[in-house]
Amino acid sequence: MAVISTVAKIFPAAVAFALLLLIWELCARLGGIAPTVLPAPSRVLAQAWENRAALADNTLPTMRATLAGFACSLVAAFILSALVDFFAPLRRALFPLLIASQTLPLVAIAPLVVLWFGFGLLPKILLVALVTFFPMMVALVEGYAATAQEISQMLAAMGAGRRRIFWLARSPSALPYFFAGLRISITYAVVGAIFAEYAGAAKGLGIYMLSAKNNFRPDLVLAAVAVSSALTLTLFGLAVLAQRLAMPWENAKSDRAGRYGDKPSGEGRP
Amino acid sequence: MTRLELRNMRKNFGALEVLAGISLHVEEGEFVSILGPSGAGKSTLFQLLTGAIRGEGEMRFDGARFAFMPQRDALMPWRRVIDNATLGLEVQGLKRRAARERVAPLFAEFGLAGFERAWPAELSGGMRQRAALLRTVVQQCDMLLLDEPFGALDALTRAAMQRWLETMWRNHRWTALLITHDVREAVLLSDRIYVLSARPARVVREVAVPLPRPRTKSAALAREAAAIEAGILDILLGAAEPISQPSDGENR
Repeated sequence: MAVISTVAKIFPAAVAFALLLLIWELCARLGGIAPTVLPAPSRVLAQAWENRAALADNTLPTMRATLAGFACSLVAAFILSALVDFFAPLRRALFPLLIASQTLPLVAIAPLVVLWFGFGLLPKILLVALVTFFPMMVALVEGYAATAQEISQMLAAMGAGRRRIFWLARSPSALPYFFAGLRISITYAVVGAIFAEYAGAAKGLGIYMLSAKNNFRPDLVLAAVAVSSALTLTLFGLAVLAQRLAMPWENAKSDRAGRYGDKPSGEGRP
Repeated sequence: MTRLELRNMRKNFGALEVLAGISLHVEEGEFVSILGPSGAGKSTLFQLLTGAIRGEGEMRFDGARFAFMPQRDALMPWRRVIDNATLGLEVQGLKRRAARERVAPLFAEFGLAGFERAWPAELSGGMRQRAALLRTVVQQCDMLLLDEPFGALDALTRAAMQRWLETMWRNHRWTALLITHDVREAVLLSDRIYVLSARPARVVREVAVPLPRPRTKSAALAREAAAIEAGILDILLGAAEPISQPSDGENR
């Protein structure tokens, strides 16, 4: 059942995607466009396979930078959001700065960060963190604020202090918001890493794209693009999976009727 | 023995007078209701009791802490029913396992047997409310504070829950203070009822309900209960007019 419904769900998208590839293939083949301008998808695929070793070699550093940067950003977002939750003035101090950080054009800032921190892993981590930090920070802070008031009041009446209430109520309340932020920011992460590599790196998908472009090999540029898309989609899928595992009660809601039904409340009365 | 005594409790929010001197007392093992129109300041009174806000007046409470059951069930959707029930014990410092052992035997009596590992979202409205009450009573506090506990339920479920609560109370004799605007609920459950006026709230009448329990047993009892209900309704509706008139004068 689950398999059938999943297939049914992705079927329209799969058809649309296949159609797009087909049109592209036909245009490239029948339109007489040179492969150095618009390579057909079949050619991109073939070249990607032929250059698979080089592609893999360059995917690994990008993946490493993405994951390391994202992990840093995650930890920083959690710590800062908790601090902001405890000290309200900090929010007024930090948020304008954070919003300003989101207005920086990545094209301009990436070469500068590379200039300051070299060609190593650090500038990539910083750039990935820069683009992914804000959505998660905002999501967490809003999530804490979404805690049901009666739950906080009840815990206070039970004698729980602020820290206790944060762990028992405010942080779990923020989970749905956090995962929404995670899904958004994770799609920026790979792009952030590629931008950083574009500005200067020894290896990575970004620098691979740059050199392929300079060698008039749009097929290899597109192959690298496909790899980075696949990477992003995988990370997105992992985020969705993590949400399912972390919030099992959300799944219980949808199949409530199937499992227990709505028992009359008088039932079980002594 | 007097568990709780309030003398002339007053509370203003800025220029708004909410409580205009409330005096009441609750004896050990007694079920007392506070009945009043919506917006009379009943919940403000509870907030005073739980210490969420401060007011003027004298409050004497013979005990350590109230066990508070809020209007909506306030179950945490991310905790299983049993872990919601143990919440108060965990806050008191009990280890989760010990707390679960103490709570588990009570599930049958609360009509929740077999639902220990369910999520709150899987329960019906009445079951959620019973789970919330379970969470409240296992704290073994000296007094229960129930803030319109059945207000969010449909009429049929509410009636079933009121009967169930009466049975539970007969077995356990908790000292309880119930806030409600449901006259029938107050008469069914209480030993005594304090009838409040509209805002600013004061006690307009103290009504004793000397009926034997269970009160749903015979037609004769139901008639007596209905007579008391009618009397209280008269007080509430009669009091509403002269009180609401001068409040216009206050605004001037």
